[in-house]
Amino acid sequence: MLLVGFAVVILCLPVILQPVGANYPDLLQKFAIYGIFAIGFNILFGLTGYLSFGHAAFIGVGSYVSLWSFKLLTMNIVPAVIFAVLMAGLFALLIGYISLRRSGIYFSILTLAFAQMSYNVAYSVLTPITNGETGLQVRQIRESAETSLRDGDIRIIDQALGIQEVGVPITNLFGMKMSGYPGFYFCAVLLIICFFIAQRITRSNFGMMLKAIKSNQNRLNYTGIHTRPYLITAFVISGMYAGLAGSLLAVTDPIAGAERMQWTASGEVVLMTILGGAGTLVGPVLGAGLIKYAEQKVSSWNEGIISDFFSFLPEPMQNVAVELASLFVGEGWHLTLGLLFMVIVIFLPGGLMEGFRRISGAFKRTPSDPKPGETAAQPAE
Amino acid sequence: MNMSVAEMTMTEDVDSEERNFKRGTPNTVLHIDDVHKSFAGLHALSDVDLEVREGETHAIIGPNGAGKSTLLNVCVGRLKPDLGAVVFNGQVLTGKSPHEINQLGVARVFQTPEVFPDLTVLENVMVPALSRRDGSFTLNPFRRFSSERAIREEAESVLESVGLQAQLTTHASNMSRGDKRRLELAMGLIQHPRLLLLDEPTAGMARHDTNATIDLLMKIKEGGMTKVIIEHDMHVVFSLADRISVLAGGRIIAQGTPDEVKNNPKVKEAYLGEEQV
Repeated sequence: MLLVGFAVVILCLPVILQPVGANYPDLLQKFAIYGIFAIGFNILFGLTGYLSFGHAAFIGVGSYVSLWSFKLLTMNIVPAVIFAVLMAGLFALLIGYISLRRSGIYFSILTLAFAQMSYNVAYSVLTPITNGETGLQVRQIRESAETSLRDGDIRIIDQALGIQEVGVPITNLFGMKMSGYPGFYFCAVLLIICFFIAQRITRSNFGMMLKAIKSNQNRLNYTGIHTRPYLITAFVISGMYAGLAGSLLAVTDPIAGAERMQWTASGEVVLMTILGGAGTLVGPVLGAGLIKYAEQKVSSWNEGIISDFFSFLPEPMQNVAVELASLFVGEGWHLTLGLLFMVIVIFLPGGLMEGFRRISGAFKRTPSDPKPGETAAQPAE
Repeated sequence: MNMSVAEMTMTEDVDSEERNFKRGTPNTVLHIDDVHKSFAGLHALSDVDLEVREGETHAIIGPNGAGKSTLLNVCVGRLKPDLGAVVFNGQVLTGKSPHEINQLGVARVFQTPEVFPDLTVLENVMVPALSRRDGSFTLNPFRRFSSERAIREEAESVLESVGLQAQLTTHASNMSRGDKRRLELAMGLIQHPRLLLLDEPTAGMARHDTNATIDLLMKIKEGGMTKVIIEHDMHVVFSLADRISVLAGGRIIAQGTPDEVKNNPKVKEAYLGEEQV
């Protein structure tokens, strides 16, 4: 039921988001991609309580692997996505195996250290693979073997199939171009599949063990459960989700830069998950959508838009209001985000999803329940 | 994919070291073999030698600081003894991790109730049942928890036997301390352990709750489960125990049936004397 509702909403997003002016493909793609990232992150953080600050590294791995698949094999996105998910999974296994020797803050610090290491290595030592600061891009098929692979692609499969390229090559799914709305729908379908998988994991025996780890890991050990392989599995699954997200970023815009791996990107997914509601299924997607919307929209509002908004006020007051409000938009959109985050964490520790539960609880109570005090306390748990 | 530590250790060859520990009476379940443990020069346990026989309820008593909890922690793998070993059914427990020891059939009930506060009462009991059935790690992320009907029914009947059948969907964090203790007992019982270690199962309970717990433990006793109980309350000890070991200053000073221990002058001096006058 939840899955069907979720699928309908996601597929209708271009229509639903029209009133808020977010119905253009670039932003919709971001919603879907970061939704996948946040769902995966939530499998680790929401279920086990282990807070990773290094998940952006897997986004980076996914992007670079996809780009190399475009450059060496084919512009078809299927192998790119598959390789990206597998490589991110392997990378997550390595990082998870080491980081999960510790728990709590030490685990977080270890993941952060690994991600920063990956970021710096991508910028410096690994320049032949990552193309450093410039970022890795797809190029035209190279004319001679002297051109380096960074500047000229070979695309073995495409060449063998005799596919003709005109200008800068475009990613495709068996000939269907993956930019604009087709790109969004490809991401949306994957988002729905990812949501389905996350739902099954959450409701499985495996998911119950992860929740028990969050609740009391020590007790679980004395109950005969070896918690570490469970944690490593959850870490790898969430790493693969991140790898998929990174791959889709490359699919919709075939360029990969190291800044995708920076710690701010890891922090962003933490914000998304907490804002929407950690441990819930829909919450992380909601949080991802909200943050990406704010990033694209609030940051583009300028003083003109605000003074229009406050035009009902007399002029001196309008000027003051515009001065104040302009602090929070445009360049200052992070200020809005920070305030919103603080308000949510203080008043709704369960995120937006808890807010919805409280509202729907209030509606259910009004007609039937004579004692409002008791039911009001429940959603807070 | 099904990896069970229990299976792995079963198939391992019993090495010669383990065979040497297999002495004692043939129906010994647990053998604590000359265990020493000291913390920064303080001898918490010295020369502790103790046998627990199949089907008996063995109480370990002693004044505060006698080393009772240390001994229990050595048994479940939380602490590693400096010397000696703990042997359970012919297998050395020393050096094994807590989950391996549990998979061999040793369940522990903690002194301060340790439950899963964010899970419901029913889930709290189903998790150990799954651990018993599926081993220490089973990767099957698509098996629905709600489809585990056999486990669910078993959990419900165990919860009924401890008197928690009315609170199946309560979150454990909302329970009283006494109810948490009963819940933890149910978590131990559902594993059908070969050895159940109880750390002061009635500490801090009101008298009528204590009596209810004694009745419950008597019922389990009829089922033939081997138990080790650490207890302060003499009423509990003398109602339940088949044999008693008295620990004082890290040494076992007396061992025997309740009557033998009651009449032992050393025990009176070390323990009963000071508390029961």
